[in-house]
Parts: sequence; structure tokens; C-alpha cells
Amino acid sequence: MAEAPHIDIDKVAELARIALTDEEKTKFSSQLESILGYIDKLNELDTTNVEPTAHPHSVENVWREDRATSELPTSEALKNAPKQRQNMFVVPKVVE
Amino acid sequence: MSAELYYKSASELSGLLDRKEISSVELTQSVIDRTKAVDDLVQAFNSFDEENALAQAEESDARRKRGESLGSLDGIPVGIKDVLAVKDQPLTCSSKILADFVSPYDATCIQKLKRSGAVLWGRLNMDEFAMGSSTENSATKITGNPWKLDCIPGGSSGGSAAAVSAGEAIVSLGSDTGGSIRQPASHCGIVGLKPTYGRVSRYGLAAFASSLDQVGPMGRTVWDTAALLQSISGHDPNDSTSYRIDVPDYVQAIEQLKGRKWTFGLPKEYFENAEDTASMGPVKEAIEFYKSLGCEIKEVSLPHTAYAVATYYIVATAEASSNLARYDGIRYTHRAESFDAKDSVDIYRQSRAEGFGNEVKRRVLLGTYVLSSGYYDAYYLKAQKTRTLIRRDFEEAFRDVDALLTPTAPSPAFKRGAHSGDPLSMYLSDIYTISANLAGIPGLSVPCGYVDGLPVGLQILGKPFKEDEILAMGNEFESAHNFKNEHPSL
Repeated sequence: MAEAPHIDIDKVAELARIALTDEEKTKFSSQLESILGYIDKLNELDTTNVEPTAHPHSVENVWREDRATSELPTSEALKNAPKQRQNMFVVPKVVE
Repeated sequence: MSAELYYKSASELSGLLDRKEISSVELTQSVIDRTKAVDDLVQAFNSFDEENALAQAEESDARRKRGESLGSLDGIPVGIKDVLAVKDQPLTCSSKILADFVSPYDATCIQKLKRSGAVLWGRLNMDEFAMGSSTENSATKITGNPWKLDCIPGGSSGGSAAAVSAGEAIVSLGSDTGGSIRQPASHCGIVGLKPTYGRVSRYGLAAFASSLDQVGPMGRTVWDTAALLQSISGHDPNDSTSYRIDVPDYVQAIEQLKGRKWTFGLPKEYFENAEDTASMGPVKEAIEFYKSLGCEIKEVSLPHTAYAVATYYIVATAEASSNLARYDGIRYTHRAESFDAKDSVDIYRQSRAEGFGNEVKRRVLLGTYVLSSGYYDAYYLKAQKTRTLIRRDFEEAFRDVDALLTPTAPSPAFKRGAHSGDPLSMYLSDIYTISANLAGIPGLSVPCGYVDGLPVGLQILGKPFKEDEILAMGNEFESAHNFKNEHPSL
């Protein structure tokens, strides 16, 4: 991270599952590189023996009773599906 | 009298309702009429359902008639940020990808509000997926600041703040990931509170950054804000990060803690070199006010302040890239019409390209990058470690003081488009609010004056789970000033 950050925008867009136009690629990679340049200031800090914080107030294991509760009925859960048929999501065929 | 019901406080209105001097239908109608009169200008609402609101109001009136009032929020119209699930109502997050989504269930805070008898009113505009500080990132519409319509209302809960400020709701719910309740409250001249992380359940809040997000109340008075917080607080089995800790009576606490001689800290990193910080004038006067009450004011240090924005934009975008992976075009979102059916991944790529706006794309890309193989330690882990240092700064400061006083935002609301080409400059405007989310502490913004005719907020940052204390402190200031009775002229 010592050198000026460079983003492989095609790779990142692919991982993020977002199709980008060429114009977007140019714009986003320069904006992200400038943000990463700013973020680089964190390297001024020595954090060798510092524990990471995942949550501000640590919570021990949280248990609940193992009891069945009513969840959404299938028809409700499918209500917002862009395509559905016979109680299932319809997706394009991916295997021959 | 009915004409101005919409600008009365929830505390006064609940008295009027209890004494049967007004009905909830009358009140709700007044809020609806006000909304119809001014929302063409303010544009705070993504949508609203008059009939549904009036039906809730009728139920409330029937309850009161039977002597079964559910408390001070029964019959009070509460605006809802379009990020919280209300069963059978739209939930868009001001995003095209959720344009047609209708919630199949209630968020926990909504369930609680229903149990308090509140009239749930409308869906309030926001930055898309709560990503932004101006509500300009909404895919739905551009909300104006009721005090100056060509200025931004703040964000991301810009609709929630503008609606309360303009009398289109009595109180409202927002969400705060890096300042999204406090900053718009400050810009619109109202009160807004970000609770301690874990105080309010996140179940049914569309997730942005799970370790930072909190739902919170906004209102025109501290009392109203306290009553709304009361209704939504508490542990929820559906959110394992909601804390198992008693919820005090906030409204009572405001009275009980009145007159206490608090010790306040001024973080020196926030105040040094702040001559060009526009909001400082009114904030310094507010500090003098507390001194005049006999409170002690001390300088404290938060040595890692300069690293907060960088830390935040790693943590928040990393968590967002993971949370927003669920918007896939398959199960409940917009699906692109055309995609390469031979490539099994293209349906995701095209649906997300069409559904997400620029800021969301930018943050998902950044978050994906910082989590990607080979960079995790350098960015995400590093940020989690700096987060520890920032959290410790606050722990250290709170050994000596009860709360910190700061501006909520460096300057009052800016003009639309002022930061549009430069995302980093927009991020830096969150400098005073972001640390509270990283440290998980509560923060209150209270109106404390004006700069160029635009409201400015005083931020009070408190110890974890001490919302009662910062509400009491805010109330002292509010009761001695007249800001709560000053409204924008629309």
C-alpha cells in the first residue's frame, strides 16, 4: 500500500457484480483512487498490538429458545419476486 | 386552532387528545392538509397513504373513547424514513432497485410504534440506501431544506428532518450510520438523536453498515424525541446485537435530571483551527449558556480524530458491499430486461447496474475492493484496529466528563450540487458525527442558532446507554431558548 493506489476496476466491478460503462470505469477508478489516497493516512498509525473492533459493545453468545415460530408463508415471501411460477422464483436456465 | 395543529408538539397534542379537545382524525387531517399544501415545494415524501393514516387515527380515537389510550404517542402522526419495513407499505430506500418492493412484515421499531398507538405517516425520502449527507443521492426526488429551498436538508434522513421542520409530521424516525439523523436535524432546525449502538433493534431496517447503523427519533422538541425513543428502545430477539439492558423512562429522566451541574468536555481536536468553521459561533454561545448554569467545561482530547473519516469509509463501505449483495435481481428486486442468458452471472451485473445509483455503485465498489483478496489486512483489518483506538479515545474522555459538546456539522446546509463532483469533500462534512458511530455512543443534535438564516445544531455526545443524560442536557438548553417555536416560512 506504500505506492500510489491503483484499482483494477474491471476486476472489482466483476467481484461486485455491477456492469460498468467505459465512462463509469474511468470516473469511478479515479474517484476511488483519490479516496484510497486519503484513506492511506491510516498507515501513519502503528496498530501492531491493537485488537480490532467488530462491534462497539461486545456481545457474548446470545441464545434464544429453540422453538419453531411462524415465518412468512411462501406466497408472501414471493410477492416481490420479479418472476415467479408455482411457488418458485423463475431464473434463466444456467445448465444445459 | 385546528389550522396549526401540525406545528404543535407531541407532548401538547397528547394532552389535547387526552382531554378530548381534539381528535386524532382532526390532527392527522391537519398534517395531511399541510403535507398537500407544502410538499410540492419541500418534496420530503416518497409516498403517503391518506386513507390508511386516517383509518389508524380513527382506531386511536376509538381507543381513547373506550378509555384505553396507549400513551403519549397514541394518535400522533409519525413520519417514517423509507428504509424501515412497514407491512404492506412500499419500502424503496429511494432506490430504483426496490422501486416496486412492498414490505411483507413490520420492523421491530414499527411494531413497537404500533403498540404505542402512533399513526404511521408516509415514506420519507433519503439518500439511496442511506448513503449520503444531502439526500441528493435519492433516485426518487430532491428534497429541499424548508428554511431555504435551494439548500439541501442534510442526509441521509433528509426527508425525515424536512417533514418535521415543515409541519408535515409531528415527529419522525430516521436512521444514523455516520450522522444521518443528527446532521439533517441540525440543517433543518429540529432535534435528532442517534441512540447507543444496540439500544434500538435493527430488525426490519434495510441494512447499510450493520456495525454502525441505528434507528432513532427526530422531533421539534427534546421531550417529543424522548417519547419516541421510549417507544422504540429495548432488546429484540430478532436482533442479537440489540442490548439486554434496562430502558429508563426518558421523559421522566428529563425532569429528574433538571438542574444537575454537568461536566462537559470540549474535544480540542474539534475546536482548534476552527476559525473558518461557520457553525462555531452559535455553538460557542451554547457552551457559554451551560457555563452560566454552573456546569463545568473542560478541554479533552480525542487524539485519533483525524483518522475517523478514513476509518469510517472503509468499515461502512465494506459492510455495505456485503449487505447490498442481497439485491440480486432474483428474489425481490428489479430485474434487468436484457442480459446475456448464456452467462449465468450477467443477470446480476445488469440488474444491479440498472438498479443502483452512482453513490451506491461507488461505495459498493470501494467496499468490494477493500475486502478483496490481498487487501483485507491492509484496509478492513487496519480500519477495525483504528476503530479500537477511536473508541478508546472516547472511553478516556468520559472518565473526566459526562458528555462532549461539539457542532453537529461544520457549516449550515449548503446549496444543492455544491459537492456533487467531489465525493471526498462530501464525506469530510461528516467529521463531527462519524466518530460516535465508530465508538457506538449516543449523540443528540439540538437547534442552537442560525448562520445566514439557516439553522445550526449543537451536538451532545454521551456515554454508552446514557441517552437519558444527553436528553436532559439538551432539554436544559431548549427550555431556556425559543428555537423550538421558530419555524421556516413556507
